[in-house]
Amino acid sequence: MTTHGRVRPVVRAPHPVLSRPAPEVDPTDPEVVQLAADLLATMRASPGCVGLAAPQLGVPGQLFVVDVTGHPKATTVHGVITLCNARIVTATRWRPGREGCMSVPDLTGDVKRAGRVVVEGVAPGTGEPVSLATEAFEARALQHEIDHCAGLLFLDRVAGAHAIHPRKVYL
Amino acid sequence: MRELAITVIGRDRPGIVADVAAALSGLGANLTDSTMTRLRGHFAMTLICTSPAAPAEVEAALASLADNGLLAMVRPVQPDDITAPTGEPYLLTVHGADRLGIVAAVTRVLADAGGNITDLSTRLSGDLYLLVAEVDLAPEAVDAVTARLAEVGTALGVGVTLRPNEADLL
Repeated sequence: MTTHGRVRPVVRAPHPVLSRPAPEVDPTDPEVVQLAADLLATMRASPGCVGLAAPQLGVPGQLFVVDVTGHPKATTVHGVITLCNARIVTATRWRPGREGCMSVPDLTGDVKRAGRVVVEGVAPGTGEPVSLATEAFEARALQHEIDHCAGLLFLDRVAGAHAIHPRKVYL
Repeated sequence: MRELAITVIGRDRPGIVADVAAALSGLGANLTDSTMTRLRGHFAMTLICTSPAAPAEVEAALASLADNGLLAMVRPVQPDDITAPTGEPYLLTVHGADRLGIVAAVTRVLADAGGNITDLSTRLSGDLYLLVAEVDLAPEAVDAVTARLAEVGTALGVGVTLRPNEADLL
């Protein structure tokens, strides 16, 4: 059975839901399955968007989608990744890079992230455990979304007082 | 030679740096440390010069640029009073809805703990107010400062993050 996702508005900072650690979700809850579909539909409808977390739709919950397919910076690509209650198990090869966020639309920031990560979580619907190892841009996207679930924005991790920049391109 | 502190600010346009630098070099003043940036459509320069010319002379030369909408101030300063680091480097991020007093409240917490801010920038982007500060802080003070910042952040309705500022020396 496929759940039809709805495109929903993305909330922007300083909305408080973006700054609070989100609770774990029940992956088998039909509302969680619907939310996962909504996240995917909203990500698909947003040009250049490679990931979206539940708090960005105004819902506090540890759930996100990532898809870096076709992105020029991506090396390892797993296609659509949808995870509940995800955590980073190992993080190595820290590298700086510039990030943006649909919830902070006018700024970008230089953020150091692990270039290689192992992430564990559970799949919405089945609740089956998922473990995946990835690197480079996909690893960065996963860390960004897991941060959203922890109530953190890229702004909380910028590399210095001059590491925030006005956004010039939106893709 | 003397050391001068100079600030120049004016509505942004191409050529401000070239005009100011030409005025200074015309007087034999040598630019040492400076920051120059655009702040909401204004271009702001803060710089230290070593200069054979007196402050009033430099200010007069820069005043001739006032026709171009630049406001300049020149003051003599004592050279070499570099503040020694007072701890380890940390990075502070504050973001939330804009309101009066965020910078005052947050930086007071740092100051009360002997923290010394070495660099700071703020930005207003829509409703989002953002502050990022680099601060030297005694490591033994960090736990208390973090707790106090959390209280102040809650009272102001802003998120506050304090973390070590790791230097990547290659």
